[in-house]
Amino acid sequence: MKEKKENSRIENGSFPRLVRYLFRHYAPHLVTVMICIVISACASVVATVFLQRLIDECITPGITGGMASVWDRLLSILISMGMIYLLGVVAAFTYTRIMAIVTQGTLMHLREDMFDRMETLPIKYFDTHAHGDIMSTYTNDVDTLRQMIGQSLPQIFQVSLTILSIICLMLYYSLWLTLVVFVFAGIMFFVTKKFGGASSRYMIAQQRSLADEEGFIEEIMDGQKVVKVFCHEEESKEDFLKLNDQLFEDGTKAHIYGNILGPILNNLGNLLYVLVAVVGALLIGFDVMNIGFAGTATISAGIIVSFLGMARQFSQTIGQVSMQVSMIAMGIAGAGRIFELIDEEPEHDEGYVTLVNATKDLQGNLTESDHVTGLWAWKHPHQADGTVTYTELKGDIQLAHVDFGYVPEKMVLHDISLYAKPGQKIAFVGATGAGKTTITNLINRFYDIEDGKVRYDGININKIKKPDLRRSLGIVLQDVNLFTGTVMDNIRYGRLDATDEECIAAAKLTNADSFITRLPQGYQTMLTGNGANLSQGQRQLLSIARAAVADPPCMILDEATSSIDTRTEALVQNGMDNLMEGRTVFVIAHRLSTVRNSKAIMVLDHGRIIERGDHDSLIAQKGTYYQLYTGAFELE
Amino acid sequence: MIKTLLKSVRQYKRESLLAPLFVAFEVAIECMLPLMMAKLIDQMAGETMEPIVKIGVVLVIMALLSLMCGIISGRMAAIASCGFARNLRRDLFFRIEDFAFADIDHFSTSSLVTRMTTDVTNVQNAYQMIIRVAIRTPLMIIFSMTMCLTINARMALIFLALLPILGIVLFGISMYVHPIFRRIFRKYDDLNNSVQENVAAIRVVKSFVREDYEKEKFGHAAQEVCHDFTSVEKILAINNPFMMLCIYSAFMLVSFFGANMIINTAGSSLTTGQLSSLINYGVQILSSMMMLSMIFVMTSMATESASRIVEVLTWDSSLASPENGLTEVPDGSICFDHVSFRYHKESKKAALADVNLDIASGQTVGVMGGTGASKTTLIQLISRLYDVSEGSVRVGGHDVREYDLNTLRDSVAVVLQKNVLFSGTIKENLRWGNKNATDEELIRACKAAQADEFIEQMPDGYDTYIERGGSNVSGGQKQRLCIARALLKCPKVLILDDSTSAVDTKTDALIRRAFLTAIPETTKIIIAQRVSSVQDADVILVLDDGRIVEQGTHEELLAKHGIYWEAYETQTKSREAV
Repeated sequence: MKEKKENSRIENGSFPRLVRYLFRHYAPHLVTVMICIVISACASVVATVFLQRLIDECITPGITGGMASVWDRLLSILISMGMIYLLGVVAAFTYTRIMAIVTQGTLMHLREDMFDRMETLPIKYFDTHAHGDIMSTYTNDVDTLRQMIGQSLPQIFQVSLTILSIICLMLYYSLWLTLVVFVFAGIMFFVTKKFGGASSRYMIAQQRSLADEEGFIEEIMDGQKVVKVFCHEEESKEDFLKLNDQLFEDGTKAHIYGNILGPILNNLGNLLYVLVAVVGALLIGFDVMNIGFAGTATISAGIIVSFLGMARQFSQTIGQVSMQVSMIAMGIAGAGRIFELIDEEPEHDEGYVTLVNATKDLQGNLTESDHVTGLWAWKHPHQADGTVTYTELKGDIQLAHVDFGYVPEKMVLHDISLYAKPGQKIAFVGATGAGKTTITNLINRFYDIEDGKVRYDGININKIKKPDLRRSLGIVLQDVNLFTGTVMDNIRYGRLDATDEECIAAAKLTNADSFITRLPQGYQTMLTGNGANLSQGQRQLLSIARAAVADPPCMILDEATSSIDTRTEALVQNGMDNLMEGRTVFVIAHRLSTVRNSKAIMVLDHGRIIERGDHDSLIAQKGTYYQLYTGAFELE
Repeated sequence: MIKTLLKSVRQYKRESLLAPLFVAFEVAIECMLPLMMAKLIDQMAGETMEPIVKIGVVLVIMALLSLMCGIISGRMAAIASCGFARNLRRDLFFRIEDFAFADIDHFSTSSLVTRMTTDVTNVQNAYQMIIRVAIRTPLMIIFSMTMCLTINARMALIFLALLPILGIVLFGISMYVHPIFRRIFRKYDDLNNSVQENVAAIRVVKSFVREDYEKEKFGHAAQEVCHDFTSVEKILAINNPFMMLCIYSAFMLVSFFGANMIINTAGSSLTTGQLSSLINYGVQILSSMMMLSMIFVMTSMATESASRIVEVLTWDSSLASPENGLTEVPDGSICFDHVSFRYHKESKKAALADVNLDIASGQTVGVMGGTGASKTTLIQLISRLYDVSEGSVRVGGHDVREYDLNTLRDSVAVVLQKNVLFSGTIKENLRWGNKNATDEELIRACKAAQADEFIEQMPDGYDTYIERGGSNVSGGQKQRLCIARALLKCPKVLILDDSTSAVDTKTDALIRRAFLTAIPETTKIIIAQRVSSVQDADVILVLDDGRIVEQGTHEELLAKHGIYWEAYETQTKSREAV
């Protein structure tokens, strides 16, 4: 119940917000559009009275008086109508063209706003939201808005204008007949609300079933190899059919309600027509005094004929709106989700310490430089006295009494203290869930610590601007993500201004070069679908090369070589050790041979460091590490 | 293409035919209405109420009939189109389930998912449009035209003359727009791909501080889509005003000539009521043309989707199960006879080149080799996940292509490198191996795979729910569950593709020991990075660059001082020092 309220709140607010959004970007366009719509609506209303004027002013007198008597009148009516029509056509042309610009432009702005915001969101957002849901906001929700902005909104505006002017005209002609129309309008409104509401409810249910089915397909497709080797095709087909049937049911209901609304409204319109005719005839028959803005007089056949035309136009216009009801409901729901994403709280960054190029004079004093010097320094402005100090970037990292939990109720890390001096290699060993990856998440501030301090070159990392902090850290993760583009593009991702030679050098250093050169187009081979045509190990090699090109003073390798064979791994490690000489490296690995030559090894258990020391001293301790190493203890 | 698509209509044929039929009735009534209305108008000037009421009653009955037809056709159209889509999705999914990996690689997973969702929805909408509107509009035009002709043939000529002009222009627009839509779809794919990559790789983006770079890339893609879409919509914007222009000109012409005719013949060849119904029919004709052009646009979007669907539906799985294939695998012997394999026909380099191999039933075989040495490729040929390019693979003395696929895969169990558990309980996941396995059998398999112990420690034991992708069990636990799942098949051949990498050496050894007692008859092939995982094997193969470069027992290979020896040295050097 609460959720429902929440939803309606979002939807209620999203429509005005969408309108504001439109005006912010396209105010002059929209004003022009509205003027044009007014003109075109007027033209179409005038068209209804046109025939009546023709009959009353030309044809009826013409029949008695002959053609010559009404010729001038006929021409003048036709010419003036022609002008108005032409104006209407030009206006319609103008506003549809402008609306094309407005619609597509708005979608572009929305997409860009969503993406810009998404890029600034904290990692937590991505860890707590299904990726399929985020995707569907970009695709399904934006798509529904295209329909809504481009077609529904102008149509609704035009329709309300048309209805308004028709009502005025009706009142001008006859109050009594207008009342008849009003009663019907009420019924039509009620029907639209009922059927349109049901239709949009099921439409939304349909979207949800579609998302469920999409999720199922993705899961099965991901595990397709497993499905095959277990001959599990039949069972997954059965499961699929269940979801497919649900989707069918929701979809059918949504479409049935949508489809029958049109005929109902149309035929209500037909009934209205008959009723107006009958009432009109009665009015004539009983000589009822007609009341209208035109004055009071007896009702004429001409008036009723025009009125019938207006009644028909009135009901047809409402019929048009009805087609838009479910479109608009879906559009508003979509806009709600889009704005929700745009409103997400971005990552906080109160940092003010930045990373700058620097030069060092003979005394060892650092000064800021405007060109790349190869030497980096932290620029630390002090608010208290307005001075600026420079600290050389070295890669000295210190954690002091750090506590952390992803959710407040469940702490993952307890009182972690460690330091890594420049040039040291620090390893984390421990079972899955012991908190190894969490520590690295804190160092680059993907997550913020609960208690304690993390210092980088002696500076509290909360004071360092996040982009600058992250630029000084290279991270290689176990799950490799590659981007669509060439192999070269993917390596260059580490440093955008790296030359081809530098990228190849990095690939050679990390032993990726040998497999790359054997690819059909070498470094220019296109990678798609996250590098689907590479083996697991090859993808890891590429991602290490990518980090190597960035050449950061501190590197975090999180199970970065888990799928690489030990022989290649040894080669990669030699290359990395050369690269990282004098720099800090954090290594997380399952394979103990990977961490053996580390300066210090931290053995983690349930978020606490239970042993620390280098390989030899830990072996000598005969504790957990020793047991792990000799295979006497299970690493789970 | 259309024929293939329509095969999926099946049980919804009745609805698909009834919908347009009732639409036709509806149209017929709708076209009679203005005629009756004109009569009503002509009676307006009369003295008595009687004819008005009479015609009114007829009109009401017609409206009710039309309502009934409308509701039935709307209902039928909804069922037919949703049912059609349901069948299409079913056919696609079933077809994909029969695909070989080469086929899936050909299409790519994400593209197959899009085809099953977005593309099917597009076709569904177009189908509904066609059975409702595409029948309606031509009928409407024909009816209205006939009506106009019966009222006054000369006046009707005006509309008749406008018809081809309007038709040519609208058709021209749709033709012009079609190729642009194709382009837009491709660019749209790129755009979505960009979002998807960013969502998945957000950690990479953030740690390399590439937010601005990605924004720019995305912004560029968004602008491209916007630019193309705007240009299409601008062209489509001609549609509506052009139709209005035609309607209005027709109005003027009909009014002018109509007025002349009425006056000159004093109402004998044309009445005012007839004039107004002529105009009404005219509006109907022209707005039908407008609808027709909208259908053109919609279908031009849907054609692209339809061809993507048909491509999947008509794709012949490159790995078909033979008719009357062998349904029994005699034993677990494996033979590779001059086997070469390429992932793509075009690729110059073979992933496996001239591999010869003989494994007796019940043997344990270790496979080692560097990254990209084609270890995984080798074993995928045994369970026929791919077909060889040259030579043959024999299991139990028969070429794998002679077996019924299900028989073969039931006898050859593979624990894959990229292991997947599905959302469901542990029991459900294990029963993938054998649907009818009893609880005792499950526990026995788990004991052999050294999984029983940790499962028992879980809150709900064997009924513990596994989250999607197995995110609530550790890597090593997942691997052991997958091994247990494979053991339940009681296979003739068991293949472990780097499936104990996250399991510690001791457990690893226990699992291998359990194999010897639990499944002595089964041929076991173990791919591993750790020498300790393969050193007890009857025969060890070392692969390099798609060839078997070393082959023999642990001792024999060590004596060779080759790749195996090198791996052994790096992995054990310091351990011996301890």
